[in-house]
Amino acid sequence: MSYTQLAVLGVLGAVLVDTVLLRTWLLRRRTYWTAYAIVLFFQLVANGIFTGLDIVRYDPDAILGPRIAYAPVEDLLFGFAMVTATLSSWVWLGRRGVRT
Amino acid sequence: MRHLTYVAVLAGCLLGTLPLEIVLRTRVYARWRRWLLAVAPTVVVFVGWDLYAISRGHWTYDLGRMTGILLPGDLPLDEVLFFVVTPTCAILAFEAVRAVRGWRVGDEPESQRERVR
Repeated sequence: MSYTQLAVLGVLGAVLVDTVLLRTWLLRRRTYWTAYAIVLFFQLVANGIFTGLDIVRYDPDAILGPRIAYAPVEDLLFGFAMVTATLSSWVWLGRRGVRT
Repeated sequence: MRHLTYVAVLAGCLLGTLPLEIVLRTRVYARWRRWLLAVAPTVVVFVGWDLYAISRGHWTYDLGRMTGILLPGDLPLDEVLFFVVTPTCAILAFEAVRAVRGWRVGDEPESQRERVR
C-alpha cells in the first residue's frame, strides 16, 4: 500500500475509534477541534523543519505530490489519525475512571 | 550537534508545552498512568506503520541529523520518541483548551447527569 492509501485508512481508523469503538465522539466537541487546530499549526512548523531540512525524504511514488509547508499532504492525515486516536483513548480512560 | 537536530525539535515541543502543565494545571504528566495508557497504543500502532513504511521505502531518513541509534527494522530511535512526544503534546493542548474554555468533553464525573438533561 502507498503512503496515501495508508493515510486514508489511518483517518478512517481513527474516526472509527472515536465514534464506534470507544464512542467518545470527540469529533462533535469544540475542545477537540480547538486543540486539533493548535496541534495542526505546530505540526506544520515541525514538519516544515523535518522535511525542509531534508531529514525525512519521501518516495515520490508513495505520495500524491501536493505539499504543505514542504511536507506531503498525507502527513496531515497521518497527524490527524494520531491525534484523534490518542485523544479518544485519553477521554475514554477518563470516562472509565482512570484518573491518576 | 548536527545529529541532535531531530531530537532538538522534539525537545522544543516538550519545553514549549511544559508551561501548560504548570500554569494551566493540565495535569497530564501528573496523571501519568492515564497518560501512559493513552499514549501506549498510539506508539505501538504508529511504530508498526513506520516499520512498514521504512520497509517499503515510503520515506528515508538523513541519519546525520538524527541520533543515529537504529532499532530493529532500521527504525531510528528518534522516530519512537516522535510517537511519544506528539501524542503527549496533543493531550496537553487538549487539556489546556479544557482548562481555559471549560467546555465539556464527555469524561466529567457528572457527565451522566448532562446526558439526562
